Order: sequence, then structure tokens, then C-alpha cells
Amino acid sequence: MEFGFSEDQLLLQQTVRDFLAGECTPEWVRGQWQTETGRSPEFWSQLSELGLPGLLVSETQGGLGMDETDLVLLMEEIGRVGLAEPLTATAVGVGLLRSLGDASLADAWLPKVAAGDAILAVAHPASPFVADAHVADLLIASDGDSLHALPRAALRLEAQTSNDGSQRLFRVDFDARDETRIATGREARALEAAALDRGALCSAAQALGACDQLIALAADYAGQREQFGVAIGSFQAVKHMLADVRVKLEYARSHVYRAANSVANDATGRSVDVSMAKIAACEAALLAGRVSLQVHGAIGYTYEQDVHVWMKRAWSLDLAFGDAVFHRARLAAGVIDRSLPAESFGYSHPQRVPTPTAGLG
Amino acid sequence: MDLTYTPEQDAFRKEARAWLEANVPAAPLPSFDIAEGFEAHRAWEKKLHAGGYAMVPWPVEYGGRGSDLLEWLVFEEEYYRAGAPGRVNQNGIFLLGPTIMEVGTPEQKARFLPKMASSEEVWAQGWSEPNAGSDMAAIQSTAIRDGDHYVINGQKTWASRGAYAHWLFGLFRTDPDSTRHKGLSFILSPLDLPGITVRPIQKINGKAAFAEVFFDDVRVPAENLLGEEGAGWNVAMATAGFERGLMLRSPARFQSTAARLVDLYHATVERGDPVAPGMRDRVARCWMDAEAYTLNTYQTVTRLLSGGKIGAEASLNKIFWSELDIEIHEAALELLGPRAELDPRSPAAGDAGSWLDGYIFALSGPIYAGTNQIQRNIIAERLLGLPRK
Ligand SMILES: Cc1cc2nc3c(=O)[nH]c(=O)nc-3n(C[C@H](O)[C@H](O)[C@H](O)COP(=O)(O)OP(=O)(O)OC[C@H]3O[C@@H](n4cnc5c(N)ncnc54)[C@H](O)[C@@H]3O)c2cc1C
Repeated sequence: MEFGFSEDQLLLQQTVRDFLAGECTPEWVRGQWQTETGRSPEFWSQLSELGLPGLLVSETQGGLGMDETDLVLLMEEIGRVGLAEPLTATAVGVGLLRSLGDASLADAWLPKVAAGDAILAVAHPASPFVADAHVADLLIASDGDSLHALPRAALRLEAQTSNDGSQRLFRVDFDARDETRIATGREARALEAAALDRGALCSAAQALGACDQLIALAADYAGQREQFGVAIGSFQAVKHMLADVRVKLEYARSHVYRAANSVANDATGRSVDVSMAKIAACEAALLAGRVSLQVHGAIGYTYEQDVHVWMKRAWSLDLAFGDAVFHRARLAAGVIDRSLPAESFGYSHPQRVPTPTAGLG
Repeated sequence: MDLTYTPEQDAFRKEARAWLEANVPAAPLPSFDIAEGFEAHRAWEKKLHAGGYAMVPWPVEYGGRGSDLLEWLVFEEEYYRAGAPGRVNQNGIFLLGPTIMEVGTPEQKARFLPKMASSEEVWAQGWSEPNAGSDMAAIQSTAIRDGDHYVINGQKTWASRGAYAHWLFGLFRTDPDSTRHKGLSFILSPLDLPGITVRPIQKINGKAAFAEVFFDDVRVPAENLLGEEGAGWNVAMATAGFERGLMLRSPARFQSTAARLVDLYHATVERGDPVAPGMRDRVARCWMDAEAYTLNTYQTVTRLLSGGKIGAEASLNKIFWSELDIEIHEAALELLGPRAELDPRSPAAGDAGSWLDGYIFALSGPIYAGTNQIQRNIIAERLLGLPRK
């Protein structure tokens, strides 16, 4: 039992954090909002040099051979700077190709992903829109029964404009053919469920980073801005709002880290664990957006100030790979209906929980 | 990251489960807030101690079994799973004990820990005074050195189980000219010395569970000073870290309460009683939050086992468990509907009484161990770096 990260894992996180702090500035993020694809091949190749797209790809296929417990730490950093390059889409695609019974697709695509030469994406019925479908070299989507692996030429995309300038969403249509079919029935559904969980985990981890950044922006501003002759951060109304967000962030982190372990090990309670992580992390980030805005006052309500960059990120992460309604329904299915495995950590629930024979104290 | 138990931990869990199943009293003990219940709980502690389970992470020589904190968590899980009695000496074993372990002399460890582990000596916490609540640095009670004794004068209040306890640990001003955090010392005092008057105070539930303690020229041997003279504030902060951050409220307490809430939800639905829209979501959320608290505690223990310390993050913890406890109980009372107000002695109360008792106790959570407003101040100033003034 060791619920923490190794020095190597934390070192890699720090490396990525330092890199992103220098390269992925708010100005750069805003610049990307204005470009046609919103995605930068140059930045992608820099990320590839760090090994990020191929993080989950095995070393023999040119990747880093790491797992989701490594990935979440980096996703947190990606959320901290609001980077929207298709790392989540690709991680979800890698996870899916790796799990196929037939290894030929994985053998064909994963080395290219690791080299930075291919981007993947996966559509899931939980959302009618697919992020980053326009830059995906291979998209995996369901026709209702079977999963299909579709090269870009086989897709008909209808762009949808998101309120978050970083988010690029598409309605995807395609003709299902025998040659594109990669899984059917039960197997297809299991793959789809695993893909959703991996995507939700990545979104939750990014939400942690966005939350932390929104708190940092507000704490920094509150230490500088003066009213009534003192820094506004000395007012308890301000302190306590921020402290509440910090509490939420702390416990959301615990859920996200456990969910990472559950995805990496395909644990029995994986889906419920991921739903808890998604709910907790997105709620923390959404609250952080509101509080950060409030602490900034009118300046935070301007387009020029950066609060909305992360706040809108938090909104779109909340909707990605299952919105709150989806995940709360799954949580209740696990905890209340027991139609999904929900395992409490350590403590095992006896048949009937005894009323404590206790005085309270 | 490795979230599996070792075979040794699994074996320990089995052993503890079997022992608890064989030994936990079948019927609830009377509340330890009344004299009879206090003694019944002490008798239970004695049995627990004889079984070797009183304080598993303590060294064997002090009455423990030399386990690490992970085994302690496993034990706590089994303890709540078995529905075992509340710990009457919690101020001793969970707060003072770890503090003595950290700053006590070898003589103090040998003198105090074994009798604490067996609950032969039950401890009360003497921090609050009439004019020093949240502002603990305003403590006025004095302890003036006179030869090999301290002479104590002043008044402590709100000492939980102080009406029945044998010893009290507290902060006293050893330098009468000092102010605020300086000049305070951490002193251990028997409660039966000449000059001590203990006056019980009834809690909101009518039980005499608190006490005021008056000191009138009480002579306490100087060897009962814990840590250095004048360093009492820092020693007390270590104790507060254990209280807020780890030991006082172990996660299994909330996991078991959340599991009872899920059962109550099902029972209510099965009976055909009305259930508010949104209740499913609330119940699931309580379970999820209890889970978060558990996971976070395992992170803390992992950090402590690799040499880390409990710091200001303990304040995050204090807020989370105390507010979660209220959430769970409020959901339960809402499920109980018209039965929610029944005193446990009512014939129709059934399970309702224990939920009401639990709720009333949960309401004190945001007050004791440092109010949640104070914890929010600490988080804002020490974790987020906001200005004090
Ligand atoms: C069930 C229970 C058991 C207890 N057991 C013990 C015990 O065993 N030993 C012991 O020594 N004490 C004990 N206490 C006392 C407890 O530690 C104090 O009640 C607590 O520290 C608060 O002090 P106070 O009651 O004087 O409230 P006050 O300090 O007067 O606070 C009243 C209100 O003002 C708020 N407030 C005060 N200062 C600030 C500030 N700076 N910023 C924002 N808000 C502020 C508080 O948050 C609170 O809401 C117990 C209390 C309870 C309820």
C-alpha cells in the first residue's frame, strides 16, 4: 500500500510544468483561438519530443510505456496552462487500440503516434460531439452496434462552435463498412466504456489543474488589489471563499489519483471510481471559476483578463466524456442500485451495518 | 502507487475481524457521556487492551502492537465494521499519546503511555478557557514554578469527559509576564489533586459530558511538564495536527455511517415512505465524499511513513470530515421523516434515535478542534498565502 507518486513521476511532472510555463502562455492559448484548426503541428512535435502523445504506448513501439498514474500528473499540468492540443483524444485512442484482440491496428498506428506522426480520437455516445475529430488521422466511432476505425477521408465533419475558444467540436458522420469494423457487440461496448473512462479521467485531471490555476490567479490578485486601505485578501469573506475551493480541490485530487490507478489496473470498481473523480474535479473547477471571478470583481469580467480562459476550459472539461448527469447517474447505479461494482476503499460493508454500540465523541 | 494490501496486512485484518466479532458487546453500551457509560466503556477498553488492540501503532512496551499507521487504518476499518464502542479515552490515545511519543522524555513515555493504552487513566483536554476559545493564545491560567513543582491557578472549560476523567493535559502560562503564544507550557495534571474543583456542564443533549475545571494553588510536580518550558504552543500545535489531521476521526467512521445511510435509503424505499427527489443523488454523494476522505487519509499516511509531517493541510481535513458528518446525518433525518425528532427512548424510534444522537453530535464538529472558520483562516493564510491583516 503506497498512495503517492514516485520521485521519477514527480520529476517528469515538474519537467512538463516548466516546459509548459515557458511555451504555453495565456497569450499563446488565445492566439490559438484565432487559428483555423486551433491546433499547432509545431507544438505537437515539441510535445512528441517530450514523449507525451506516446506516453501510454509501449517502449517496443517507441513510446514511454507508462500508465495512467503517470498520465494524470501531466494532464494536471496541461489543465493548469489550458493547453488544448489533442492529448486526451490520442491517449483514449491509444488505450483502445492496445485493447483490441487483433494487434494489427495497434502495430500500424502506435509507433506513428509515439513518433508524433499520428493523432487519434474516439467518439462516445455519451456526447453527440467529438473533440478534435478534424485533426485525427484515425477516428474510432460506433455505428450503434460495432466499432469502426476510420481514416480522416472516411469522415464527414460538421464543425460546432464552442464557447470555449480552445475547444473544437464536430458532429461526425460516416458510412459503416466491413473493412472498417474492428469490434462488435459486447466487446465493442466494453471498449467504448473503457475509452470513456480514460477520457473522463484525463478531463478530470485537467480540471484539477484548471482549478489550481484559478485559485492561484485569485490568491495573487487578492494579495495585491487594495480597497479600504488594505489588500482585499485580508477580508475573511474573500479568504473563506477561496479556502472552500481549496478544500474541494484537495479531495477531488484524491479521487482522481485513485481513479488513475483503477484505470491503469482495470480495477473492478473502475467506472464508479472514474465517475467520482470526474464529478469531484469538475465541480471543484467550476466553483473555482465562479469564486475567482468574484474575487477579481469587474476586471475579471473582461475579455482581456485571463479568468475566463480557465473558466471556459472548466466548463468544457465538465461536459467532456460524460457530463455531470451521466456521471452522477453512474455513481448512483454503483452505490445505490449496485448494478455497477462500487468498492469502498479498505472498509468492507457488512451485510447489515451495525448501529454503533457507542457513546459519541 | 500501489493500492493493494500486503499479505501481512490482509492477515492482520482477518485476525482483528475475528477478535472483534468474538468480543464486541452485542448490545449498545450506555453513552460514555454519563457515569455508568463511562465505566462501561472503560471496561471495554480494558478488554481491547488485553486483546492487544487498544492502540495498534504504539510500541509493544507501551501497550501497543508495534504496527505502522497503515495497520492502524486497517484496524479502524474493522473496528467500525464491527460496530464497536466509541473510544472513551480518545483525547489520550489519539491526541496526547502521539504527542508524548514525539516530545516526551523516556520516563514520561513509560509513566503515561501504558496506563493510557489500557484506559486505567482517562484523559481530558484542557485548552479552552472562558476567555480563550478560538483565540487560544489568550490563555490566562498560570503555572508558576516553585522548587520542583508548578503551582497552577485559573480555570479551564469545555473539557470533554472532564467530569469523569482522571488526568488533564493543558496549556498554562508559566511566564506570568508573557503574552500571546510565548510563555505557555504544556502540563499534565491529575484531576484529584487538592485545590482542583471539577464542575460538570450539561451538553445540548442534557448529559454532563463537559466540565469546567478550577485550579486553586494546585501543586503539580515539575516532571509533568511536556516539552520545554515556554514551548507549549508548539507542542499543542503538534497535538492539534493529530486531532484535525489524522487520528481523531479515522475514515472508517464516515464510511460506515455512509454505508448505514445507503441501507436507510433502501429501507425507506422498501417501506414505501416518501423520498425526496434528489435524495438518491445526495445519498450517493455522501458515500462518495466518505470515500474521498478515506483516500486522502491513505495519502497522508503514505506521506507520514516516508518521513513527512502533518502541517496546515490538517485544516482541510478538519473542515471536510466535520461537514461531511453533518451532510450524512441531515440526509438520514430527512429520510426518517416524522420519526426524525424521536428521542432514542421513544418506543417508535428504532434506528431514528441513533441518527438523531449522531446528528446532534455532528453539529459540534465544526466547533471543536478549532472552529471551521479558524480552519478557513489557516488555509487562506498558510496554504494560499493571503495576507493576515
Ligand atoms: C463538543 C465539544 C467538545 C469540546 N471539547 C473540548 C475539550 O475537550 N477541551 C477543550 O479545551 N475544549 C473543548 N471544546 C471547546 C472548543 O475547543 C471551543 O469551543 C472552540 O475552540 C471555539 O471556542 P469558543 O467556543 O470559545 O467560540 P468562540 O471562539 O467565541 O467563537 C464563536 C464564533 O466566532 C467565530 N470566530 C471566532 N474567532 C474568529 C475569527 N478569528 N475568524 C472568524 N470567525 C471567528 C467562531 O468560528 C465561532 O463561530 C469543545 C467544544 C465542543 C462543542
